[in-house]
Amino acid sequence: MALLELKDVNTYYGAVHALRGISLNVNEGEIVTLIGSNGAGKTTTLRTISGLEHARSGSITLGGTPIHQAKPHEIVRLGISHAPEGRRVFARMSVRENLEMGAFLRKSGPEVQADFKKVFDLFPRLKEREFQAAGTMSGGEQQMLAIGRALMAQPKVLLLDEPSMGLAPILVEQIFDIIKEINSRGTAVLLVEQNAMMALGIAHRGYILQIGEITIEDDASALAKNPKVKEAYLGV
Amino acid sequence: MAAGTVSTVRTEKPRSALALPVIILAFLAAMFVWMGFTQFLNALTLGAVYALVALGYTMVYGIIELINFAHGDVFMVATFVTMFVSGTILNQKEGIYGIPQLILSLVIVFAVTISIMAIIGAVIERFAYRPLRRAPKLAPLITAIGVSFILQNIIQYLVGPYTYNVPQLFPVDWAVMVGETRVPFLNIFVITVAVSLMALLQLFISRTRTGKAMRTTSMDRDASSLMGVNIDRTIMITFLIGSGLAGAAGVIHGLYYGNTNFQVGFQSGLKAFTAAVLGGIGNTAGAALGGFIIAFVEVGAVVLGFSRWGGAVVFSLLVIFLVFRPTGLLGSHTGDRA
Ligand SMILES: Nc1ncnc2c1ncn2[C@@H]1O[C@H](COP(=O)(O)OP(=O)(O)OP(=O)(O)O)[C@@H](O)[C@H]1O
Ligand SMILES: [Mg+2]
Repeated sequence: MALLELKDVNTYYGAVHALRGISLNVNEGEIVTLIGSNGAGKTTTLRTISGLEHARSGSITLGGTPIHQAKPHEIVRLGISHAPEGRRVFARMSVRENLEMGAFLRKSGPEVQADFKKVFDLFPRLKEREFQAAGTMSGGEQQMLAIGRALMAQPKVLLLDEPSMGLAPILVEQIFDIIKEINSRGTAVLLVEQNAMMALGIAHRGYILQIGEITIEDDASALAKNPKVKEAYLGV
Repeated sequence: MAAGTVSTVRTEKPRSALALPVIILAFLAAMFVWMGFTQFLNALTLGAVYALVALGYTMVYGIIELINFAHGDVFMVATFVTMFVSGTILNQKEGIYGIPQLILSLVIVFAVTISIMAIIGAVIERFAYRPLRRAPKLAPLITAIGVSFILQNIIQYLVGPYTYNVPQLFPVDWAVMVGETRVPFLNIFVITVAVSLMALLQLFISRTRTGKAMRTTSMDRDASSLMGVNIDRTIMITFLIGSGLAGAAGVIHGLYYGNTNFQVGFQSGLKAFTAAVLGGIGNTAGAALGGFIIAFVEVGAVVLGFSRWGGAVVFSLLVIFLVFRPTGLLGSHTGDRA
């Protein structure tokens, strides 16, 4: 059984039909990438999973439990963490306070302390800036913080919305290495990207999203070779 | 930048952290010398009322960007609750004889009024504002004006449209003489209560889990819910606390001024709202500071002999100030929302 499963999900913004019957799944231990051009509905898909948008029809389950009626905070408790588009760090809080907020639903104690250490191991830059206000950090540092903050909830599934956006190529590579590392430690990842080449490089499987519909679904290596995908998303 | 020499901008800005208390102390000293002790105490007491009410405006604005026009009337209702609770206590005891009874009575009047107002505030949020959470901003604003009228009409209907005496729990003639000056215990008590409540609020917001949830929710509601914060609950707690503080302000108003009517919420509410804007709307320390500044300007106008112009002076100064500093004294320089 899939860990996270969407079946025929429809989401609207008023009259705009943004998701037109999306079905996808993420299995335990996988990195799955969702690729599509601007306005295809990638962010809407993640926001619908997190409960920030309401699915008008269809179902979303996590480990078999339906979550499409749940509130965002309940979904976090069930094991889904979301590093949203545009980072959305708490600007007037320090790096440390931001990470503490990531662990909001957990009892503070040795386990949380150990996770602080893990996040600082993954992102040594965050340790250096532990007491700096998040809003004064560079875009790349804020992205690291957004991912680190999402990890502090100890998620079963991590949703990442364009973690490479606006970053220098070297930093992009670093972020993707870290995503692989996070996944190898046992967290399933649903990765939204416009940088299709990089995303397919680390993902196990992928979905192509076009105007609210999934048009192609395949193994990442197969997608990378698919002529239609190459033409539309890989700039070949 | 070389490792190890990285200069970091800390969350606490050392400059303003040091400069602000110094400026405040200097301001207080100047006012003290200029207006004399009696007016100085009077301004501090009035400031305590404005500050407590201003906190509710600023907290609610911070978290849902609503100017809660009904908040001044929540304060007004609190003065009437104080009137009834004080009356009930005094009727039973035929007056207060000893210190223990006095303390008990004061604890009761504060506890009862704060609790009732906190509940009323939460009920208003639940039924008047929450259904409009996703509506355009004008809708809750109009609703707030409606709630303001409803509260005034309820009091007019239940009590009447006149000015009423609030029974005096606290013996007004208790005072100590410092040299030539008479220092009433009432002022000292009221100021101490108000300042303690404000200090508690700051501690609550900065230290507790719920306080942090309130801060993150006012910075970015969606991101906050992605941390696992229950947004509805957090907003309701904000109303509970804000209205509870207005309740405390109502008790203080009742104890100190000794009378009330169904319109006190309008005047005081407007000035408290002004205090919140002056301090930087959304900023709790700013609202407290703004409350005291407005009170000093108002009392200062009286000392200078334009008591009738108090309101005009307050608002003229506010307009001039906002031209130069639109975000208020402690307001953030940029919006938090993209
Ligand atoms: N709040 C909103 N109100 C109305 N329409 C919206 C809203 N948010 C998104 N949409 C519309 O829904 C569609 C999908 O948007 P979405 O943000 O999910 O795209 P995306 O794939 O994440 O794009 P990008 O790569 O630019 O981030 C778009 O047509 C967009 O205009
Ligand atoms: Mg997007």
